[in-house]
Amino acid sequence: MNLFIYDQTFEGLLTVIHDSMEMNVEPEKIMSTKSFQDDLFAIKYDIATDPDKFDKIWNQVKEKSNEENCQRIFKAFLSELPDIELTIYNYIKLIIETPYNVEVNFSEDCVVKLNNAQKKVGRESQRVMMFVRFQKTVDDIYYSSFDPKYNVIPLTVSHFKNRFADQKWVVFDTRRKFGYYYDLENVREITIGQQKVSLESGKVDNDILHMSEKLFQKLWKSYYENINIIERKNLKVHMQFLPKRFWKFLPEKDFKSELILN
Amino acid sequence: MKAETTDKLKILASAAKYDVSCASSGSNRPNKGKGLGNAAPWGICHSFTEDGRCVSLMKLMLTNHCIYDCAYCANRKSNDIQRSTFTVNEVVDLTIEFYRRNYIEGLFLSSGIIKNPDYTMERMVRIAKELRTTQNYNGYIHLKSIPGASDELQQQAGLYADRLSVNIEIATENNLKMLAPDKNFKDILLPMNTIRNKIIENKEERRKFKHAPRFTPAGQSTQLIIGASPDSDKHILNLAGNLYNSKKLKRVYYSGYIPVNSYDKRLPALIEPPLKRENRLYQADWLFRFYNYSINEIVNDDHPDLDLEIDPKLSYALRNPWMFPIDINKASYETILRVPGIGVLSAKKIILGRRYSKLNLSNLKKIGVVLKRAKYFIRCNELKALTINELLPENVRSIILNENKPLKQLNGTMHKQLSLFPVN
Repeated sequence: MNLFIYDQTFEGLLTVIHDSMEMNVEPEKIMSTKSFQDDLFAIKYDIATDPDKFDKIWNQVKEKSNEENCQRIFKAFLSELPDIELTIYNYIKLIIETPYNVEVNFSEDCVVKLNNAQKKVGRESQRVMMFVRFQKTVDDIYYSSFDPKYNVIPLTVSHFKNRFADQKWVVFDTRRKFGYYYDLENVREITIGQQKVSLESGKVDNDILHMSEKLFQKLWKSYYENINIIERKNLKVHMQFLPKRFWKFLPEKDFKSELILN
Repeated sequence: MKAETTDKLKILASAAKYDVSCASSGSNRPNKGKGLGNAAPWGICHSFTEDGRCVSLMKLMLTNHCIYDCAYCANRKSNDIQRSTFTVNEVVDLTIEFYRRNYIEGLFLSSGIIKNPDYTMERMVRIAKELRTTQNYNGYIHLKSIPGASDELQQQAGLYADRLSVNIEIATENNLKMLAPDKNFKDILLPMNTIRNKIIENKEERRKFKHAPRFTPAGQSTQLIIGASPDSDKHILNLAGNLYNSKKLKRVYYSGYIPVNSYDKRLPALIEPPLKRENRLYQADWLFRFYNYSINEIVNDDHPDLDLEIDPKLSYALRNPWMFPIDINKASYETILRVPGIGVLSAKKIILGRRYSKLNLSNLKKIGVVLKRAKYFIRCNELKALTINELLPENVRSIILNENKPLKQLNGTMHKQLSLFPVN
């Protein structure tokens, strides 16, 4: 078995694709250094990331395909799904080797798989835009954390930057332990010393909360309860659209994920 | 923010909840000069209440005082309820603070009629103006247009708001007169015409002057209450179709009547709100807006009401078995769109995918076709299976209906789990 190992970056993965095609070795498994598990019977290829090789492959894809499709491949990569690397390998190889356009050939397995993965990522990034809740702190920073299934926070940064251009904000990924901070000029990547923020719920400690924050959380919760029509109660649909895993970030749900429903 | 704002919010949110319109889509308002907010053209929901409805806009009544006495409305003059009125600043503050925390996508402002239409409308416009000019807020604003307000105010409202709406509520004029003696169709349709004409004018103007201010970029919408009057689905859908065509509405909303004034004998006694019917009406609405159906094909004199058990598309297919089976690998897009279980997206994917190879059932499944319904209406690169023509429509109907039910409902005794130690 041919096992390829890369450094968990997109550039690294494309270098793997470049090298395997050059060496004419079909990878049966592609693993990142992080998820690497040794395999006794595998022939291992440890691939060092090379920006030139990345450019070579990426330009070929761009040439044969279009910008939108490149976005799709990158989004699928962010899904971090098991075996997504192999799907991307198959997909890119198909694009490069076929003389005609294949991105809508839904009878190919890798096309369907890649599209499903990128759809999942797209949906999750929308959920970040929907369910992020900012808490205002004493130094006028609007802080929020989120626990997205896939690595989608980078996809949402431009949305938040365009929307909240006149306030400082932080969106933090509690699962991957990094986030973005906007300082009214630029957005930069940050990590946080976690003393003042609960990693579990993303709640900011009371002593650094802005004095008005609790009031607006209360007002929002009261709005949420009063806009509900009791005669139309439909918990099935409610749970479908607002799964419990998001509740811990929502003031209207009291930041609780364990609420007993009858 | 004072303590009484909390009480006002409770009363006036609760008063606004029966308006179903919550869409925040269709407007593309970029953030100007590092201000606050932008309107995303696809719309974003920010929460979901326990009734399963989305919370995108903060829906508020400016006041729930009202000089009208409409039978179907919770805020009617003769109801003995807590009444309250927001000040302009309170609404502006709430909108800005909620928006900054990413709770909402914008503001939906409605109002009871106080004194006269102009007085009411003027205060609503002031809120929108304050948000747009002083606060440099570019998020979504949906204003209810008050029938009878002056053209000048409608014009101003349209310049600040993304969407305007006037609710028709009751689908026939006679029933409207019976339930809401203060209202009539003429007064409601007049502002709709004004808004439509201004939108068309504005489009012309923007063609000449690129930076001319936009007038209600997300168009106008309306709402019909379902089940408060004995109107048939045929009548309701035809009215909706007319509104889409002649008034160029973006959306018609259907709101299942919730018995808020059960003491009023002019209203039907409902055991539960007609939610299924509301759902079927939305499906039918989609069919003629996105699936190229004509209203006559969905509801007509033989079938004036929609089938509550099955969706209108399946119902149409069962009434017209001569059209099927359709060959997935040859048929046109429009024909494929008529197959129950195939939506707009799957139909497009089929058209694209079949260029490369003939599609079979497993391909269709991966594309996202609901085979449970579709398989009786199609032929594809697969052995011939039983279709609607061999099985007959009434059998297909019962097969599809029964597939949805859990086994134990179908036959309680046959699927019992075996017991090692039978007790009897």
